[in-house]
Amino acid sequence: MGTREPKFYWEDFPVGETVEFGEKHVTKEEILEFASEFDPQPFHLDEEAAKQSILGGLCASGWHSCAMMMRMMCDGYILESASMGAPGVDEVRWRKPVYVNDTLRLRRTCTERRPSKSRPEMGLTKFHIEMLNQKDEVVLTSDGWAMYGRRHPGAPVEKA
Amino acid sequence: MPWFEDIEIGTRTELGSHTFTAEEIIAFAKKYDPQYFHIDPEAAKEGPFGTLTASGWHTSATWMKLMIAKRQATPEPADENGRKPPAGGPSPGFLEMKWPTPVRAGDTISYSTEVIEKLDMKSRPGWGIVRSRNTGVNQHGETVMSFIGQGLIERRQPRK
Repeated sequence: MGTREPKFYWEDFPVGETVEFGEKHVTKEEILEFASEFDPQPFHLDEEAAKQSILGGLCASGWHSCAMMMRMMCDGYILESASMGAPGVDEVRWRKPVYVNDTLRLRRTCTERRPSKSRPEMGLTKFHIEMLNQKDEVVLTSDGWAMYGRRHPGAPVEKA
Repeated sequence: MPWFEDIEIGTRTELGSHTFTAEEIIAFAKKYDPQYFHIDPEAAKEGPFGTLTASGWHTSATWMKLMIAKRQATPEPADENGRKPPAGGPSPGFLEMKWPTPVRAGDTISYSTEVIEKLDMKSRPGWGIVRSRNTGVNQHGETVMSFIGQGLIERRQPRK
């Protein structure tokens, strides 16, 4: 939020809406940089070891995939929204490896929402996020709630 | 890593601690989660937490960093036949990630992991899934992160 007027408030994410956004090209340098700091396992650091492993090639740490998802969400809508953070994530599935030179995008579906009972200026929104690669394979899914400011604090809400 | 068969439910391991500086909170967030309350200490004062806080993904990735460091610092011996124990395997994802208290600049987070469940894999007789309850606690004893992690671990003997 900060100093400017947000484009997206809690009211702007209707249940059932699906949108696609983002285009993230994953480089070897980025994979190595993240893995060196946070997840230095051979299949994230060493091409030869990765080929011999169950993953079949050098691939991004799952935590790196989550971080890339977060960045794509930030650039796709969160930075233009009345975001108030997130209490966590119910489930993330790492369904396929993210390899060097993959190009990723996100598909976001709002699955549930409700106003906060204790804070009239806030609402909660549950998104199902799919991360897809250039072959349209789903490499990651995420389900979780996030908090957004309301355009009309405390206004009555129709059942979604 | 021990073999899947040798991992005992209830085993708890302290992974050590990490102090989050403002500089690293900002550096991580500029790359992966550039919301103003993670990158701008001044603007963060007006934000949902009243101060600069770490991205939840930064808090969680640091658990992985300490988990790998612990594993690498405590290698398992080879067995009587000289067979080396397994390296860590990939993960299918995680469940119930919660960030109940934000991590602020200067906080020291102590991380741990506790084995809670072992699952057979129908599709891969040579592997099993180990589930663990993973936590991060700050210097005031408040939980800042909790999730159920999952890892594929090789079996000493494939399951019949």
